Parts: sequence; structure tokens; C-alpha cells
Amino acid sequence: MLDLTPAEWTAVELSLRIAVVATACALPFGLAVGWLLARKKFWGKTILDGLVFLPLVMPPVVTGYLLLIWFGRKAPIGAFLDSHFGIVFSFRWTGAALACGIMGFPLMVRPIRLALEAIDRKLEDAAATLGANRPRVFLTVTLPLALPGIIAGVVLCFARALGEFGATITFVSNIPGETQTISALIYTLTQVPGGDAAAGRLVLIAIVLAFAALLASEWLARRASIRFHGE
Amino acid sequence: MLAVDVEKQLGALKLGVRFDAARGATALFGPSGAGKTSVVNMIAGLLTPDRGSIAIDDTVLFDAARSINVPPHRRRIGYVFQEGRLFPHLSVRQNLDYGRRMSGRPREASEFERIVALLDIGHLLDRRPRMLSGGERQRVAVGRALLMGPRLLLLDEPLASLDAAHKREILPYLVRLRDDAGIPMVYVSHTAAEVRRIATTVVRLDGGRVVATGGLELLKDADIDGLD
Repeated sequence: MLDLTPAEWTAVELSLRIAVVATACALPFGLAVGWLLARKKFWGKTILDGLVFLPLVMPPVVTGYLLLIWFGRKAPIGAFLDSHFGIVFSFRWTGAALACGIMGFPLMVRPIRLALEAIDRKLEDAAATLGANRPRVFLTVTLPLALPGIIAGVVLCFARALGEFGATITFVSNIPGETQTISALIYTLTQVPGGDAAAGRLVLIAIVLAFAALLASEWLARRASIRFHGE
Repeated sequence: MLAVDVEKQLGALKLGVRFDAARGATALFGPSGAGKTSVVNMIAGLLTPDRGSIAIDDTVLFDAARSINVPPHRRRIGYVFQEGRLFPHLSVRQNLDYGRRMSGRPREASEFERIVALLDIGHLLDRRPRMLSGGERQRVAVGRALLMGPRLLLLDEPLASLDAAHKREILPYLVRLRDDAGIPMVYVSHTAAEVRRIATTVVRLDGGRVVATGGLELLKDADIDGLD
């Protein structure tokens, strides 16, 4: 079996924690932005659409650098969050989660938006005539019908977060036990002589994790489809 | 009694409709594009008139002059749509129960049983809507609208998507509903034979206007199609 050193286990555990937290924190925003883009007409919609997709098309290093100059401890947003809420991002695993969440965000928003656009609005009207106010229509009709798209968005964001490298290393560096994820550790190992075996083990783990996420999403999507569409 | 007096510009069609509907079934009868569905959507609150008012007895649902516009979820008007619009992610039982759940009323087993028996849908309760035939789907849609405890029932061409056999299957249920349930009905149709079976009052619409109001004699000159 795989014989991982404690440092390697730490990187695996850290990667999973960062990806889970990044995805969980991105989800409410992903739903809100997906809903806005799918349902609302407002001034600046094209700009919002563009901003959301920027992390997908920009070099990750640029995203990481922007995070550094905005969310660093002495940077405007970072200093504010630190003094008012005690939230620190720079050189912490939370910063890695922020970077990963932002990098995964466009991949999350797109399927959610498409799923919301595909919903028959007439079903929502029917729910309203049956006495459901707007929040209840959303919870009992819109959300369940969009669930396959939401699952797809969550899995894509999670996978992206798990593999994120450029933005993370630029923003929070490569600190063992704090910000050194699987990707960062593999990178480190390739820089030192004799690191090949360890890198190989981590590569295997990365493949297994990616595959597991994919299978889980397939299974969830099929279950949702059976539950909500009867086939 | 339902009192409707509404105006709305709908693209090229200038809709201006005024009628009262008492107990029994009032048919909104007229050719496609006469504005029938728009009128029932306004009664349900899904479409906002430009001018006018809608009231049931003493309850004002809409009054442009007084800026009253009760949202659809607070109108308590049952609506049976042409395509049923059952929720695909819910079972038949959950569909039937939806209105009661949303209004937070307590479960009344006897009422549920009565309507399920009236529409003969007891054997379908655990199925998903997509496993139902067109006729079954419409019966469930009628049951769902009834079980919310409506003060008025709107039926928008509830038979239009069904073939002749299914139409014959569902019509007796609607007649029974009119006679037993005691809820005023507004029934939209462009089929004279259907209206003849259901309606007690006929409001003829054409080009967004009421051209005649009266009894079934208004159907005399209307085209007869083979329903009976």
C-alpha cells in the first residue's frame, strides 16, 4: 500500500479541508449569482457575468497576486477583515480556501445558472397560485428542480479547488502544514533531488481523489434525477 | 360572486373585458387569441391589468385606482392549467398536498379522501406525474387545485391537451365537481360541445372584448365539434 510520510498525509488532509471549505463557502454565493444571472435583468449584468468568469480565463498567478494586494494583512480589505472580524487570509489555510473558492467559482456558477434557466417558470406560477410565497416557491420548486445542476457545480468547484496551484501559491505561499496542498507539495518535491518516489505517491492520490469526486457526482446526479424526474 | 372589469394592452391586442360570474360554472368561450387565458391569469394574479378591478364578493383582489394588487399566493384561487403543471419532483400525493402545506392548514383526512374519491385518483397517489396518462394528470391537477380550499376555481382549457377518449373520461368528473363542490368555476374553452356540458353561464369573447353574455343559447351558432 501507499506508505505516506506524515508531511504527505498533512498535505492530503489540508487539500481536502481547503477544497471542502472553499466549495461550501462558495455555494451560497454561487446560487445567488447563478440566480441573478439566470433570472434578473439589471444594469451591469454583463459586467457581473464577466467578473465571475475572469478567474477562469486569467492566469491563476494574476488572481493570486490580486488577492495578495487586496486581502493581505496590510491591504485594505485584509486589514478591515482582520480588525473587525478577526479573519486573516494571508499565509493561512483560510487564504488558500479563498483562492480555491474564487478559482472554482465560475465552474460552479455556470451549471447552476443553466439549470435555473432550464426550469419551467410556469411551475413556479402554479406553486404561487397554490399559496406558496416567493421564498417557498424557491425552496420547494426551483431548488429541487435545479438540483442536478447544483450538484454538477459543486463537484466542478470542488475538483478545481482540490487541484488549484497558481493562485494559492502566489497568495499564501507554500508553507508545510498551513498552505502546502498536494499540488504544492508535488511541486516542492520536483524541485529537490530524490523526491520522485514521494511525488509519485501523491500523484496517485491526486488521481484517486479526482476519480472519486467524479464518481460521487455521477452517483448523486443519477439519484437526483431518479428522485426528481422519475427515471 | 366574481366581478371582473379589466383592461390591458397585450401586444397588438387591446383587451377590455367586463363580466360577473355567480355560482355554478361560467364559461369564457371564444376563438384562440380572444384573450381568454390572459383574463384568467389576471384573475389568478399572474398577469397585472393596466386598469380596472377584480373582486370576489367583498374581497378586492385588484384595483388599479386604489393600488390594490393581492399577490397570487394570497388570492386563494385554484387554477387548473391546460398542461396540468404538476410538480415533476413530487409524487401525486405530495402534489395534492402542496396547497395545504403552503397555507399551513391542518391535514383533513376526510376532505382528502372525499376529493380523491370524487376524482377517482386513489390508485395513483404514490406515482410520479410522468407515469400518468394525460387524463389522470388533469384529474390530479383538478384535485390539487381543490385541496387548497379555493374560493374560486379557474380551469384553462383543461381538456385541450387530451384526445377525445380522455376528454369523455374527464368531463363527468368536472360536471360532478360543479354540482357537488359548490365552488364557483370559470371555465375557459374554445370548444362549444365542452362548454355545453359544463357551463351554466356563457361569456363570449372575441378580439379581447366580451361580445355576448348569457346562457347556453349563445352556443347555438357556434361550430359543433364531435365531442359527445
